[in-house]
Amino acid sequence: MSDYYTTLAAEARDQLAGLIESVDVSFNELNIVVSKDKLLDTCLALRDQKAFACEQLIDLTGVDYSEFGEGKWQGLRFAVVYHLLSIRNNHRIRLTVFVDGEPPLVDSVVDIWSSANWYEREAFDLFGIIFEGHPDLRRILTDYGFVGHPFRKDFPLTGNVEMRYDPEKQRVVYQPVSIEPRISQPRVIRDDNRYLGTMQQEEEQDDA
Amino acid sequence: MPEIRNYTVNFGPQHPAAHGVLRLVLEMDGEVIQRADPHVGLLHRGTEKLAESKPYNQSIPYMDRLDYVSMMCNEHSYVLALEKLMGIEVPLRAQYIRVMFDEITRILNHMMWLGTHALDIGAMAVFLYCFREREDLMDMYEAVSGARMHAAYYRPGGVYRDLPDRMPQYVDSKYRDADDLKFLNKARSGSLLDFIEDFTNRFPTYVDEYETLLTNNRIWKQRTVDIGVVSPDRALQMGFTGAMLRGSGIEWDLRKKQPYEVYDRLEFDIPVGVNGDTYDRYLVRVEELRQSNRIIKQCIEWLRNNPGSVILDDHKLTPPPREVMKGDMEALIHHFKLFTEGYSLPAGEVYTAIEHPKGEFGIYLISDGANKPYRLKIRAPSFIHMAAMNEMATGHMLADVTALIGSIDVVFGDVDR
Repeated sequence: MSDYYTTLAAEARDQLAGLIESVDVSFNELNIVVSKDKLLDTCLALRDQKAFACEQLIDLTGVDYSEFGEGKWQGLRFAVVYHLLSIRNNHRIRLTVFVDGEPPLVDSVVDIWSSANWYEREAFDLFGIIFEGHPDLRRILTDYGFVGHPFRKDFPLTGNVEMRYDPEKQRVVYQPVSIEPRISQPRVIRDDNRYLGTMQQEEEQDDA
Repeated sequence: MPEIRNYTVNFGPQHPAAHGVLRLVLEMDGEVIQRADPHVGLLHRGTEKLAESKPYNQSIPYMDRLDYVSMMCNEHSYVLALEKLMGIEVPLRAQYIRVMFDEITRILNHMMWLGTHALDIGAMAVFLYCFREREDLMDMYEAVSGARMHAAYYRPGGVYRDLPDRMPQYVDSKYRDADDLKFLNKARSGSLLDFIEDFTNRFPTYVDEYETLLTNNRIWKQRTVDIGVVSPDRALQMGFTGAMLRGSGIEWDLRKKQPYEVYDRLEFDIPVGVNGDTYDRYLVRVEELRQSNRIIKQCIEWLRNNPGSVILDDHKLTPPPREVMKGDMEALIHHFKLFTEGYSLPAGEVYTAIEHPKGEFGIYLISDGANKPYRLKIRAPSFIHMAAMNEMATGHMLADVTALIGSIDVVFGDVDR
């Protein structure tokens, strides 16, 4: 199966030359990185060219890379990740586009895959990524009148406001959160020598 | 002459047919729906954000609470993602146990779906029958994991423990007499596998019962045939997976096409619909019940003949047994590290998908080498099926909305995450 994706990667390099930035295969999955302005063309090619034939957009998600690797991230802050599935060829392709700016802007792929509609609303809601050309970009998961984009790394886990019933005013009131942020297990990055073997193999593959 | 206008009906968020907290804003022209706008997110708990703040193994119980009628399947996708990053292979016996419980979960989920779907459209009895079977299935969950619903049974590297040799029995109580007790304990005298086998022998007749009540029932057909027709092209466009896609006539099942665990060693068929309406999706799911039963039987057969370990012996990843821990310093250190800091996974990103009872359930996991996920995205099948509500409901009558919600098999823990 791994050979299949290596072949597919070669095919992608060949047929999508000029459109995409990089192609690689890791964990037996094909990753394609594309720049923002080539996104729509690449998506159309991936959907319509026989070699890829990705009829389905299985998943679309935003990622906030600002704290990746404890501050080692050099690239653009946000990414939109598309998971494509081809029913005809039985393969999956992951397409990533990195964006920056406030708000980050990406072209909407609703016209290419209808399923992008709610996914883009979700990514907008949680990360504040604006999808240009989306017919109805409203918040979807958070509350009516919610402020902020909760899945950004600078948004606290506890949130900013809490809600309670006020018996005197006889209505629900919003107030700043009263709980302290608490970390029970610190986040640590450790080198694990058990994975060294596989990592060295990959490096050797990259060199070759 | 008075001006005739469309009016808006607010359906939910507290509506018995909404299967949870769905608020549906319906624009009506008389009794015909012009536009359906589902407002979801009332159950949003931020599972993905919570997972980012916890070591990997502590997020397994959150997975149970996503789609809370098919608990183990959610866990399955998550542990598969971890295992893919770790690059480990779980013992064969654990794979069979997982597959067996995936299929038990599928029946569990479809029982809930069939019961409530039929209840929404007006068939009361099916609901009672289905919940009778769910009781047995949840007893299996309880016997194996100690919890009737939120099992947290699948662990990276295998499953939490082997199948018990003794099925728990009902005990004497002042509320039941000796005959009742004997009846309740009839199938429970042996091991869990005996109990499951007894269930699989009884189950086909149960499915026949549901089919007698529904399949050729005039009212059932009037309420479901030609309701919410989705063409194969549109089903692909809208991201349908699972029974929704198969109902539209596309033969696609991850268990066959991209087999994980031991599905490639098992015999089963994929039912496919023809018209893509609510009735076809009903037929597909009912046939899935029979196929799941078939898979469970094969798993029982294999599990009886092949004892062995059910979890990896690598104590950097899996907790050492209690008895060993009491006497071995090394094991105690492993246990302590595992439950305080957890394990760090190599940097990378993986996507694992399984054939969940509702469709494709995927986990997209990004690791930066830390002991917590950098980003966890849950690809929930109900979410994207719910998104098709507008297209499916437009042009139908108000009463068909309940049929469609039932047909989508929506659970809000899954939609809102």
